[in-house]
This record gives sequence, structure tokens and C-alpha cells, in this order.
Amino acid sequence: MAGTSGKTINVTIKVWRQKNKNQKGQFETHPMKGVSVDMSFLEMFDVLNDRLITEGKDPVAFDHDCREGICGMCSMYINGRPHGPKQGVTTCQLHMRSFKDGDTIVVEPWRSAAFPVVKDLAVDRSAFDRIIASGGFVSVNTGNARDANSILIPKDDADQAFNAAACIGCGACVAACKNGSAMLFVSAKVSQLALLPQGQIERDERVLNMVNQMDEEGFGNCTNTAACEAECPKGISLENIARLNREYISASNFANRK
Amino acid sequence: MSNSKGFLKSSIGRKAIMGLTGLFLVTFLIVHVSINSLLFVGDSGATFNAAANFMAHNPVIRVVEIGLFAGLILHTVQALLLTLANRKARPQGYAVVNGAANSSWYSRSMGLLGTLLLLFLVMHLYHFWWPTKVAVFTDHEHNTFDEIKAVFTDGTMGIISVLLYVIGCISLAYHLLHGFQSGFQTLGLNHKKYTPLIKKTGIGFSIIVSLLFALMPIGFLIGFIK
Ligand code: SF4
Ligand code: FES
Repeated sequence: MAGTSGKTINVTIKVWRQKNKNQKGQFETHPMKGVSVDMSFLEMFDVLNDRLITEGKDPVAFDHDCREGICGMCSMYINGRPHGPKQGVTTCQLHMRSFKDGDTIVVEPWRSAAFPVVKDLAVDRSAFDRIIASGGFVSVNTGNARDANSILIPKDDADQAFNAAACIGCGACVAACKNGSAMLFVSAKVSQLALLPQGQIERDERVLNMVNQMDEEGFGNCTNTAACEAECPKGISLENIARLNREYISASNFANRK
Repeated sequence: MSNSKGFLKSSIGRKAIMGLTGLFLVTFLIVHVSINSLLFVGDSGATFNAAANFMAHNPVIRVVEIGLFAGLILHTVQALLLTLANRKARPQGYAVVNGAANSSWYSRSMGLLGTLLLLFLVMHLYHFWWPTKVAVFTDHEHNTFDEIKAVFTDGTMGIISVLLYVIGCISLAYHLLHGFQSGFQTLGLNHKKYTPLIKKTGIGFSIIVSLLFALMPIGFLIGFIK
């Protein structure tokens, strides 16, 4: 990297604090002076937490892991948008240079009945894990590396499956949706397998089970506002939701089995 | 394999009902706007009245009308139930929401637009559908053209009616702007080649149909429909 710019800004952070799932939360305001614009948003929170710990206060709890946009853990709803103002990036890839000196930045957790707040900004996204466990896998042996070349897959299908597989399960789609719908996530996970030969055996069962689990978890119903697509850090397309609808309608009504 | 919970109870099944009934109502709009456009013919409603009379007495159309009301009720009730379920999916809202950054206001306001349409519809049925029904059942002479004209040229009341009809047409335009293409997406009808076409058709349809409808009351008021 070509060094830092040395530029700093002053911002005010209004962050959601909540002790646990059952208690009511509230906003807490923290002025942040001399924040380097080269810091990532999470690093800015690290600085804030350092200060809170030195002052003997409780640091702000937030999820993070890879800090390079691949794990999907960092979940912050920043100034009314999941993952903040930039398109195609996760919160950990957002930098303070995206903000102006004097800005007030409001940070909230994902809000969804299916994602209860664990503490502060950390939410419980195990609903996604249960959806995956209900069908987001293949249970057939797909062989080893050389077998990958013997199963022929049309380039278009491979590309679309790959694009769908880019979903990192962050939940920004649910957070962005006014209905709290998880359709974009589920559609990506159904699509990546429905498009490939290895996914055919469990194709019908998979979509029925995953949608059923999605409904059970209490996610809302899609109204095609496309907010999810616009906010998804991995550019998962709405075409996947159309495919999910198609797969589900066909598996429910037209699969020629009992 | 069967769908354990039942297709019609699932989120996607319930949405499919919204899409199907919505697109069905779109076909009704095509018929409605086509016949009503005969108002523009300029023969004091002779052509229009002939068509309206045919529609009012044709048994096939009467049966279709029942289906139409059923579709409308299903669309409304399902929308209400889905809206309530969606509220439950986010019991605690955000303090700051920047919806404009990721979606159009009308795609987020289908419930509001639908409610306006429903209110409009109550007035609209009271104005025209009900008097026609009474006339048909009591076997009275019935001049639909004169009746429409009377509603919109009735002094101040006429102006108010025209205004309310224009508001109804604007609500219709935005409801369709999202609903038309949304119906196809919900039914899974997405295609690299045809989806852009569907979207363009939807935009054209929403604007043209709503504009034609709006021009009818305006036409009576300012007198270019005579
Ligand atoms: S679809 Fe996009 S927004 Fe939703 S979980 Fe996957 S990566 Fe995150
Ligand atoms: S911390 Fe892994 S994606 Fe942000």
C-alpha cells in the first residue's frame, strides 16, 4: 500500500446499545475526534472500544471475523443502509473516507424477528444456518479433483451458479428489505445447486425444505422492491429470486411424484 | 414428493396468488380501457353506449364479472394478510431508514397505493356500476354516456369528482408501474431476453392506460368529450 493520506476527520457515532435479547436498548452517542480517513469502519469501532475499555466501560459488541469481505460476519446498519453508503462492500471494507468531517453516523443492528439481538450490534443469524441445514447441500459423492473435469457443465450455467455461490450469508438482504424477507439469500443458496448436475438429485426436495424452513423462521414475504439486490455486498441478482419462485412453484405443483 | 405445508400457505404460494390475481386484473383493465376509449369517438356516446349495453347484458361477461370481483377480493385480502405478516417480521424498526438509496418509493408503497385504489373503487362502483345494475334488473332505459357526463359536469361536485378520479388514476399508474413487472417476477417468469421487454411493456402500459382513463373525466369537464 502506498502509505496513508494523513487526513483525519471528526465524527459523532450514535450507536445502538442493548444488554441482551430481552432488554430494551437505546442509542449512545460518542464523539470521535481525529479519525484517520484510512481506517476501516471496524477499526474506528476498535478505537472507540479501546477508549471505552480504558474508561472502564463496556465495549460495543459487534460481529466480525475475516475483515476482508468474505466471511459475512460484520453486520452494521449504517445511516439507514446495511453495510453503509457504498455499494458492493461489506462493513469491514468500508473506510472512513466515505464520510465527511462533522458527520453524525447512526449505527444499528440488523432488525428482524428472525435475527434477535444478542448484544448491541451483534445479532443471532443461526436462522440462516438452519435454512442451510434443511437442504443447502448435496449428499451425493462428487468425486475428487479430476472428476470435476469429467462432468461437463455449460459455461452459462457454471457462471450463474458461481455468481450465486458468491453469497456470504451476511443477512444484509434481510436487513435492507422493508418486509424482512430472506428470499435473496435462500434464492442464492438454492440456485447455486439447482444449476449444477450434482444438485439435481435433491433439487425438488431441497427447494421445498429450504423455503419451508425460511417461512418457519419468521422471515417476511418478498414484494420485489429489489432493495436486497441493491444492498447485497456480493451483487446477488434478483434473477435468483425468480429462479427460486420457479423452482418452488414447480416442485410444489408439477413434480410428478406423490 | 408433496409439499408438506401446502403450497398456498407458503410465502411463495401466497405471493403467487398476488401475482396471478394482479395480472388477471391487468387483463380486465385492458378490456375496460378499450371500451371506455369509445368515449373519445365524438358521436355523443352512440358507439360507447352500444358497447356498454352489450357488456351489461351479455351473460358471458356477467359470469366473468363474478370472477373479477373474486380476483379483486383475493388480491386485497391476501395483500392485507401478507402486510400483517411482514410487520411481524420486523417488530422493532430502524431509527434511520434510507429507502430511497435502494428502491423506488412506489415499490415500497404498494399497500398505500392499493388502499387509495380501493377507496377510489368504492366511489367508482357507486357512480357507475351500481346505477347500471339497477337499470338492468329493473329493465329501465339506461344511457351510460349521459350518466358519466352528469357526474363530471355537475358544477363544483363535478370538479371534485374529476379531481378524485385523477388521483385514482395516478395511484393506478404507480401501482401498475411496480405491479406489472412484479407479477412476472413472482411467478418466476424471468428471462434474459424477455424480462427487459416485460419491464418496458409494464411502464408503457401503466402510463398509457392511466392517462387514457384520466382523460375521460377531464374530457367531460373541459368539454372535449361531447
Ligand atoms: S444474498 Fe447478499 S446480502 Fe443476502 S446474505 Fe447473501 S451476500 Fe448477504
Ligand atoms: S468481517 Fe468478514 S466480511 Fe466483514
